[in-house]
Amino acid sequence: MTTQTGSTPATGSAPAAGNRRLATDLRQYGILAALVVIIGLFEVLTGGRLLMPGNVNNLIQQNSYVLILAIGMVMVIIAGHIDLSVGSAVAMIGAVAALAMSEWHLPWWLAVIVSLLVGAVVGAWQGFWVALMGIPAFIVTLAGMLLFRGLTLIFLHGGTIGGLPNEFVAIGAGWLPSWLGKVGRVDVLTLVLGLLACAALVALQLVARAGRRRLDLPVEGAASFWVKIALAVVAIMAVCWQLANYSGTPIILIILAVLVVAYSFLLNRTVFGRHVYAMGGNLFAAVMSGVKTSRVNFAIFVNMGVLAALAGVVSTARAGSAVASAGQNYELDAIAAVFIGGAAVQGGVGTVTGAVIGGLVMGVLNMGLSILSVDAAWQMAIKGLVLLLAVAFDLINKRRGGR
Amino acid sequence: MADQATILRMQGITKDFSGVRALDDVSLEVARGEVHAICGENGAGKSTLMKVLSGVYPHGTYTGTIELNGAEATFSDINASEAAGIVIIHQELALNPLASIAENIFLGNERAARGVINWDRTTIEAAALLAKVGLNENPSTKVYEIGVGKQQLVEIAKAMAKDVSLLILDEPTAALNDEDSDHLLDLIAGMRDHGITCILISHKLREVRRIADRVTVIRDGHTIETIDMSSPDATEARIIKAMVGRELNNLFPPHQPTIGEEKFRVEDWTAHHPADPSRVVVDHASFSVRAGEIVGFAGLMGAGRTELAMSLFGRLYGTGISGRVYKDGEEITTATVDDAVAHGIAYVTEDRKRYGLNLIASVTTNISAVALSRFARWGVIDRNREYLSAEDYRRDMNIKTPSVSEVVGRLSGGNQQKVVLSKWLVSGPDVLILDEPTRGIDVGAKYEIYGLINALADQGKAVVMISSELPELLGMCDRIYTISEGAVTGELPRAEATQENLMYLMTMGKEAQR
Repeated sequence: MTTQTGSTPATGSAPAAGNRRLATDLRQYGILAALVVIIGLFEVLTGGRLLMPGNVNNLIQQNSYVLILAIGMVMVIIAGHIDLSVGSAVAMIGAVAALAMSEWHLPWWLAVIVSLLVGAVVGAWQGFWVALMGIPAFIVTLAGMLLFRGLTLIFLHGGTIGGLPNEFVAIGAGWLPSWLGKVGRVDVLTLVLGLLACAALVALQLVARAGRRRLDLPVEGAASFWVKIALAVVAIMAVCWQLANYSGTPIILIILAVLVVAYSFLLNRTVFGRHVYAMGGNLFAAVMSGVKTSRVNFAIFVNMGVLAALAGVVSTARAGSAVASAGQNYELDAIAAVFIGGAAVQGGVGTVTGAVIGGLVMGVLNMGLSILSVDAAWQMAIKGLVLLLAVAFDLINKRRGGR
Repeated sequence: MADQATILRMQGITKDFSGVRALDDVSLEVARGEVHAICGENGAGKSTLMKVLSGVYPHGTYTGTIELNGAEATFSDINASEAAGIVIIHQELALNPLASIAENIFLGNERAARGVINWDRTTIEAAALLAKVGLNENPSTKVYEIGVGKQQLVEIAKAMAKDVSLLILDEPTAALNDEDSDHLLDLIAGMRDHGITCILISHKLREVRRIADRVTVIRDGHTIETIDMSSPDATEARIIKAMVGRELNNLFPPHQPTIGEEKFRVEDWTAHHPADPSRVVVDHASFSVRAGEIVGFAGLMGAGRTELAMSLFGRLYGTGISGRVYKDGEEITTATVDDAVAHGIAYVTEDRKRYGLNLIASVTTNISAVALSRFARWGVIDRNREYLSAEDYRRDMNIKTPSVSEVVGRLSGGNQQKVVLSKWLVSGPDVLILDEPTRGIDVGAKYEIYGLINALADQGKAVVMISSELPELLGMCDRIYTISEGAVTGELPRAEATQENLMYLMTMGKEAQR
């Protein structure tokens, strides 16, 4: 049933394929390179203050909720939607968590579970309108933005609820205890966790590589493989070293690490993740291939609601109190992070790691400009320009690559 | 020295794309007032040549010269070429469906004074242009209310509003039924009366033969020859030979069918229009297919062929659907795509870009899309197995791609079609419904697809083939049903079917039955 020319195109155009792979690699690593450049730039401008242990710690704790939101948002955007309500959802769920502890006198852990459940309900509400009623997500979540903000004000009677338990506050502003003691000022547990993460990374990469080799699949060249791993290990250990020199491992870093790994896996390796990409890439083709689009859309919004709830818990914990103005503009920060991280406005493209790196770009900008005492108004203007340039750069790149 | 008989002379046109030579010393000479066809396989360089001509690739990005009306033309963009009287009408129509015919005709070329539109003048001139192209519609009718055939005429009226002297039509009849095609071809043939020279890009040699005065064949970026269609040896076989560089003795691969038991039967299938439930779109249709058999569905555009297939396949089309479906003699339900796939039914869409493929994803991802669960355990995909399977299909189906990681949108139409076919074969179907499987792909790739279809039938699969091209049905099918106004109006074994009796059943069918 075949003609004999099957192998010619593959071998004949091997160099071209190599070039193209290099081009996509560059695009993929472009945003990472941008992050490194921005870090380097501010490190120089601030005279080395940007990467001091305390600042590295704050970078993680201050940006954690935006990163959590960005992880949910990237799925929403890949599927071709948008969620404008997450900032209001963060505020409302923060209020619910505070109420649960101070009014209903629930233990902190039960309050967290209740918050996440409320988040799931919020997501199910929006998912119902988007996935089952077919209302565009832009409208549904714009309505949600107003609705949840209004409910927050109602729950808090316009006031503030403070005096939250220490265990709860630790979620956003605490560290793992120094179970393994300290050597000088350095927390040993943090370094051990860093080493474990590196070991896991190396092991997973080697297993995947061996698997591909066993099946005679093309594998990456050994040099670039090991250089990449070495760079990752150096980066992980550098961050851990700075953290160990401060107060140890922020609890939120553990949560973030678990989320990044879990959601990367979900999007890259599971049928569900594949369906999310398929819907964003070509909705009609996805339907005709048997993807249950309303189910997937519903799940995406429920998931976004739960992650918004987690972000609400974390930001309330870090602030130590629930206020009606919490979460203001978080949706825009999360959306910006996702697009800076290489997601496409039309959907179908985007990664969890990209979104996290995009969020870090914004975070480093914030912190660097703050250290330099740049006026808050200018900070906002600069962030706006960075978002525009990042997306413009990506589109121009794609246009050139598409030829 | 101006040469009145020649409107366009392109000489030694060479165009490179980052090291790949798309056009190599191509020359084209078009006589004033003629219909000049350009033929070539997909990827031969036809569109690139037309983009050079119309300034999409501006002067300086190619080498060679363009002479228009005897003077050298150096277009910097498409506006410059339009000002010189060159207009391209693309295969995909570029009309705004929500605007009126008149608004579309003068879009970007408004009848206005100081930015204020003169609506009376717009309407009157639009009506005059519509009369010229033989379209009997009110200029204020919205474009979405008229059919594709009429929309094509609006495009031509739009071009004429720009004082076109050289009109380029890219596959103008690709989306039209035979009747609309005929009308359009007559119109093109009569263009010289309006002082318009036409360049026609077409895969349909029948059309070329009918209206072209001369044909230039391009292959792999080279001009092969220009054939004068009035000469006695200007046959379709000669054009095909020039296009593919080899003798195609048979347009269809030889095939000896082995037909077995009945595999798939549909009885009394009825479906209504989703927007207008009182309108019957599929009307008590019944048919059957046996294992190893290739059964054709002939019908004009809008006869309900695709609607029949899509309402059968997971009820993707229509409301108020009724009827019975049998597989291997047992009644089954196909109410969702999953049901249909689980019963071993596959539907390969007629519109691969819109319904068939995720164009921004890789070949691998597209091939595994339907039967993803075959590569997954507990919802986790084994990407190595997925990759290996894609490699197998690349080899078996002869998909020409640098690698299976390539983005599908970069492949040629024929190769994209092979990816769509592969995607459905992964699900292991034994009933294949192929809707226009060779639409918009070149002669060589068509022949390959035919071979693949025959091979699938030989594996004992039941194949339903829907096609607008009667020769294709006659060349491929063991049995042909005709469909008209949603009803099955006839059934002919291959030996008895001719273009004439099929066309009779397709057009007169319902009356003939009564």
